[in-house]
Amino acid sequence: MYSINPENASNFVAGVDLAFFIILGVSIFFLVAITAAMIIFIRKYNREKHPEAIQNEGSTKLEIIWTVIPLLIVLVMFYFGWMGWKPMKTPPEDAMRVKAIARMWNFKFEYENGKLTDSLYVPLNQPVILDLVALDVLHSLYIPAFRVKEDMVPGNIKQMWFIPGQVGSYDLFCTEYCGLEHSYMYTGVHVMHEDEFDEWLKDTTAVAPVVAEDASPADRGFQVLVKNGCNACHSSDGSKLVGPSYLGNWGNMRKVTAGGEKTEVLFDKEYIRKSIYDPNAEIADGFNKGLMLSYEGLVSEEEIELIIEYIRSLNE
Amino acid sequence: MSENKQHDAQKSYLEETGGRKGIFKWILSTDHKRIGLLYLYSIMSWFFIGVTLGVLMKLELIAPGITIMGAQSYNATFTVHGVIMIFLIVIPGLPAVFGNFMLPIQIGAKDVAFPKLNLLSWYIYIAGSILVVSSLFAGGGPPDTGWTFYAPYSFKTGTNMLPAVLGAFVLGFSSILTGLNFLVTIHRLRAPGMTWLKMPVFPWTLYGTAWIQLLATPIVGITLLMVIGERIFNIGFFDPAKGGDPILYQHLFWIYSHPAVYIMILPAMGAISEIIPTFARKTIFGYRAIIVSTLAIAFVGYFVWGHHMFTSGMSGTALFTFSILTFIVAIPSAIKVFNWVSTMHQGSISADVPFLWAASFIFVFMIGGLTGLILGALAVNVHVHDTAFVVGHFHFIVFGGTGFAFFGALHYWFPKIYGRMYDRAWAKTGWIIFFIGFITLYGPMFYLGIRGMPRRYFDYLPDYHGPNIISSLGALVMVTGFVIIVINLFKSARSGEKAEMNPWGGTNLEWRIPSPPPLENFDEIPTIDKATYKYD
Repeated sequence: MYSINPENASNFVAGVDLAFFIILGVSIFFLVAITAAMIIFIRKYNREKHPEAIQNEGSTKLEIIWTVIPLLIVLVMFYFGWMGWKPMKTPPEDAMRVKAIARMWNFKFEYENGKLTDSLYVPLNQPVILDLVALDVLHSLYIPAFRVKEDMVPGNIKQMWFIPGQVGSYDLFCTEYCGLEHSYMYTGVHVMHEDEFDEWLKDTTAVAPVVAEDASPADRGFQVLVKNGCNACHSSDGSKLVGPSYLGNWGNMRKVTAGGEKTEVLFDKEYIRKSIYDPNAEIADGFNKGLMLSYEGLVSEEEIELIIEYIRSLNE
Repeated sequence: MSENKQHDAQKSYLEETGGRKGIFKWILSTDHKRIGLLYLYSIMSWFFIGVTLGVLMKLELIAPGITIMGAQSYNATFTVHGVIMIFLIVIPGLPAVFGNFMLPIQIGAKDVAFPKLNLLSWYIYIAGSILVVSSLFAGGGPPDTGWTFYAPYSFKTGTNMLPAVLGAFVLGFSSILTGLNFLVTIHRLRAPGMTWLKMPVFPWTLYGTAWIQLLATPIVGITLLMVIGERIFNIGFFDPAKGGDPILYQHLFWIYSHPAVYIMILPAMGAISEIIPTFARKTIFGYRAIIVSTLAIAFVGYFVWGHHMFTSGMSGTALFTFSILTFIVAIPSAIKVFNWVSTMHQGSISADVPFLWAASFIFVFMIGGLTGLILGALAVNVHVHDTAFVVGHFHFIVFGGTGFAFFGALHYWFPKIYGRMYDRAWAKTGWIIFFIGFITLYGPMFYLGIRGMPRRYFDYLPDYHGPNIISSLGALVMVTGFVIIVINLFKSARSGEKAEMNPWGGTNLEWRIPSPPPLENFDEIPTIDKATYKYD
């Protein structure tokens, strides 16, 4: 559709762009023709030059012509739209499957061997099916260069598929409004040669944070936070985002609402653990319920220990 | 005695106060003309707020990153902008203002069928508006869900979503009652001899609109009640965590909100169909085709809501049907455009202010409609859905269509309403600046959308910067034009030159009574013996 994107970035580009250009061409033709007619009439039949209008109540013949011809034209447009769309709904059986997981406000991609990444890596010329999982609210996965988009609906796993046709990196956006950081819910698609991709996929350690084993527990704790996208809503410097900051409360009492009643709890290990596994049980004052989901199963007990180390280190 | 009576009958509706003083001669009057103006002033007030919010959004988007506000404020701004513009302005818009003022006059009646109900509708409108606007200031901060209130996000956000939704619910009643009132008025109060096919096009479009208001609005009422129930009682209609379906919400919402687009555009087409014959001194081309296409739009418009949801996950059959119907609903609009342009052919055209608005309406409406074809094609929709392209498209239709027709109608009927003429040179200056600003503001959005920039984005990648700068500058130009237009009209309503009974040479009934019209419009109800728009 435009030069910065290769024409065959995916198998759908040709069909989508063909429909687009046919409709655009016909539209521009009609827009220019009708506007020109209007301008000519306004000039030619200006009251100074043409003081007496010639009355004409209409013409059944003309009405039929300009009903039937546009009808045929739009049916042709519909046909190309339909033909470009149909293959999007018929993925091949042998495609590689990747689970795309969306939550406020990041994407995760899980491969069949358990590898988990922030951006999408796919092999060249291989069909890929994405199983779309939304954990909290509606999201939508959009790769403009590939001409694919599908809404991600909580409680309903849907599919999208494509065959990447060019090695390179492309934008991947969330296009269904999902709250505060919607416009930052953005990542990339990286298309690699097949052998390169296989090498990459085998290496499941590469996904682990690049932190030396001898890094301090606090540093490793921070990597856990990065890996799980916590910092989109929680700051380390005391600033108020969607959720409370990590900074400033360790060891103090915190005002919360628990079970509809206002109370105070000690900000300690147990509180942090509970905030991760059952985030809506105790809501800190000034923040809203229901925005965070439980990370049980996603963050292990050991990782929580590391997070606690990090939060403690911040407050010392 | 009889001389006195004669004198009373000639007093204009603006002088006839019914013994009330100050603001009470407005807010207690059941005169359809005063109620029309009440709507005009309230709608214009909300419009200033809506425009201000829109300009703030464009200023924010003039550069990537934080420019003048943070993400939360931006999300609230586009939500409140949408809610105010759609529910408070374009849905009531032409029917409430010009429908109220002109419908009884154009069909030769003294008032609408139920004048008190008419005033009540305005009070309901004001109550709903205040609820909506109060969401800006109360408790948890302005709503940040987008004007569509999509589930389940709208149930999770802590912002003031309830007042906004409740306001939209209340506004629905105003819309239903106005629709009902107009339907009865058109059926029962047409002057003797005004058969259906002698009725001007504007009342016809109000008639089509009124049916949509009456039949479609209850659906959004029920949907909004379900939202309120969901939020207060946690019922779980739409929340997947409780076994609900968020897509159900989208269906219910668009079953109303798509026909609502036709509530917005049909009366606009009606106003254009009044202006063009008057300034071409020529009877309207294809009167019957225009009437039939109006009814066709009102009918087929009910069955295309699914095109807002092509990527939500419907069956192939549903998508096929919605897509093909979307293409078919374009045909009646195309027929109207062909007939308007044919009306100009061999006319005797005076390109005066209302005509300039009408001609530019046709141009921007065509762009809005043709980009709608691009969106209606399934394959292309997948690419451009929920991008800036959609924002460009519906601003061309809703603002370009309804907005341009509203300004055209305002300049057309202004001398009738106030009995005074505006400064035409300033009106033309305002129009051309507004028109250029409009194209510059919304044109780049098509390009941004095709390039893949999603809508409702507070921030964007540097690649998208250029067109966003152009768009933001266009907003400033357009607002300049808007200010010129409003100041000119405002000044002229008070001190403009006195207008004649028929300054444009129109043929319909409103041009055969004094400007401004007397309280009961006609001394005696006219008898209609010839077709509308006759110049011979």
